Amino acid sequence: MAEVKTKGEVIFNRAAVIAVIVALVVMLTPIFWIAATAFKPRNLATTVPPTVFFEPTLSPFAKLFTKRSQLREPVEQEVYDNAAWWEKLIYDGGEQVVRNRKSGEVTSSGFGNRYMNSLIVSVISTLLAVSMGTITAYGFSRFRVPGEQDWLFFILSTRMLPPVVVAIPMFLMYRAVGLHDTHIGLIILYTAFNLSFAVWIMKGFIDEIPREYEEAALVDGYTRLQAFWKIVLPEALTGIAATAVFCFITAWNEYAFALMMTSKNAQTAPPYIPSQVGSGLSDWTVIASGAFLFLLPVAVFTFLLRNHLLRGMSFGAIRK
Amino acid sequence: MARIELKGISKSFGAQRALRDLDLVVEDGEFFVLLGRTGAGKTTTLRVIAGLEKPDTGSVAIGNRDVGGWTAAERDVALVLQQYSLYPRLTVRGNLEFPLRSRVRNFSEEEIAARVQKAAQTLQITHLLDRKVERLSGGEMQRVSIGRAIVRQPSVFLMDEPLSALDAKLRESLRVELKKLHSDLGATFLFVTHDQVEAMSMGDKIGVLQQGRLVQVGTPADIYERPLNTFVARSVGSPPMNLIDGQLSGGMAEIGACRLPVRAAAGAGQAVTFGVRPENVVLESGAPGEARIFDIEDQGVIKVLSMDMGETRLHVTVPAGTHVARDEVVRFGWKPERVLTFDPQTGVNLALA
Repeated sequence: MAEVKTKGEVIFNRAAVIAVIVALVVMLTPIFWIAATAFKPRNLATTVPPTVFFEPTLSPFAKLFTKRSQLREPVEQEVYDNAAWWEKLIYDGGEQVVRNRKSGEVTSSGFGNRYMNSLIVSVISTLLAVSMGTITAYGFSRFRVPGEQDWLFFILSTRMLPPVVVAIPMFLMYRAVGLHDTHIGLIILYTAFNLSFAVWIMKGFIDEIPREYEEAALVDGYTRLQAFWKIVLPEALTGIAATAVFCFITAWNEYAFALMMTSKNAQTAPPYIPSQVGSGLSDWTVIASGAFLFLLPVAVFTFLLRNHLLRGMSFGAIRK
Repeated sequence: MARIELKGISKSFGAQRALRDLDLVVEDGEFFVLLGRTGAGKTTTLRVIAGLEKPDTGSVAIGNRDVGGWTAAERDVALVLQQYSLYPRLTVRGNLEFPLRSRVRNFSEEEIAARVQKAAQTLQITHLLDRKVERLSGGEMQRVSIGRAIVRQPSVFLMDEPLSALDAKLRESLRVELKKLHSDLGATFLFVTHDQVEAMSMGDKIGVLQQGRLVQVGTPADIYERPLNTFVARSVGSPPMNLIDGQLSGGMAEIGACRLPVRAAAGAGQAVTFGVRPENVVLESGAPGEARIFDIEDQGVIKVLSMDMGETRLHVTVPAGTHVARDEVVRFGWKPERVLTFDPQTGVNLALA
């Protein structure tokens, strides 16, 4: 049966559709622009008016992963013909790949390593924050903890200080104990930063799971730990997914501490990408390709967990 | 043997005292109903027995063994709750198997399948076995909950208002099924409810709880006919017992201007509260009492009349064929042997004091 709508509702619906379209355009334009620029030849990147239609090229990505220098004279035809496809793209841009003089190996720009660092630090710190946060939240949710409210407030209060305030003492401490520029240092930092958040969000989700489930399991002959694994965890999956996405995004995007606490070995992608702006002439296509690759993991991760997230965003959506 | 014995159980939640020095004995194989209002401590009592709550003082014995230090898993009792008790991610079969798959029990696959099948047959839910729990109706869910309790074949069943969330028809049919289940299994049932009809119709024995104390324990007839005090008197029976303040003198009840006979031995001029159930009041021409009919509720088999006798409102049940009208003034008497007398201050039944 068709739904009968009043005139007011029809107008409201149309207005809502228009509002959604406007919001989408506003939000997606920068992302489109990054993606488009990542595939543009260098000379089209900064044209006025902007170029929308162009032949996509992978040369920004070839440049992103390699160290290059300007060609002083055109490359010899024979060398060009023998070069790999990505190297040709670099020659086409009037540059050449810097090679090791002895071995002839291509010198990496370091972006790949930075990207791996980002992945390692973000994934491990997210796993730690979410698992520790879930267990802590379970404890607060199910047991009478003396001074529960004070503890929870204390946990939250760690987020009240702007990170920048503790940056310098942290830097000095990290250098003193040898955590500076290490993966583990950043992991500890991000885990600590995300933990309070994870505890609070997970407590909300676990509070929503009726105790009766676990109590039934306890009476049915299971231990508290088994009941947690078999009953609580599957029910909390939605919350865990939502918390994991939030924690991952925070860790993945973190810039200030990564800039300060790492330099070479453990540097993540966020401080690296803008550092390329300053080296020589800025090549926006390379920066855009870096940013484009940087956007991917969060997008993929969120996409994989989208079903959980949709349920998770509407708190209290657990069926009663 | 699964006699349940609670001795001197007290339990507080912060400043709230849920149970005060509770003594309770449920004999082996008995269907015992704990009746009380919300907050009377019924659920807490069950949870203490199940091992989900540790009492502040007192001891719990099941089958004559002190189980104070035992976990819920070790006590081997079954618990059926009002709701939430099914695991939402599992099928009906998964739910029924769940208690059998505990490491405590170590059943073989054949044993598990056989027990699930038997329980499902008993409760007539075989056709639901592969359905997801979320796609069951309330009555089916409660059947599965009961099924999950009986697969383990425990000697004690604890039921926390299992029928309260169901609609009236289902409640009635499940009530009958539960009683049948009880007689088939021969296990000890402790059933908690706030519904006096459930208590009266199901219990071998009823225990009336008030603010964490057990006020009276007895058979339904005991509780109904010989309540220990006015609280118990008003806890069972619908419409509730009429409580009328008056004077007792020389074998007669003086209520306002009326004098009605009673069979209570008491001195002259003593103030008492008379208690009379609605079915023990009779309309009769020439009877000593006089009242004006305020409202008539026709329930088919009977009519429930609300009558005003001076300041006091009485509830009376009469056969449906009785012709009465609103605002009619009628004369009534009562069955003297069925009239109870209570102390107006303490509410205690004077005959049992």
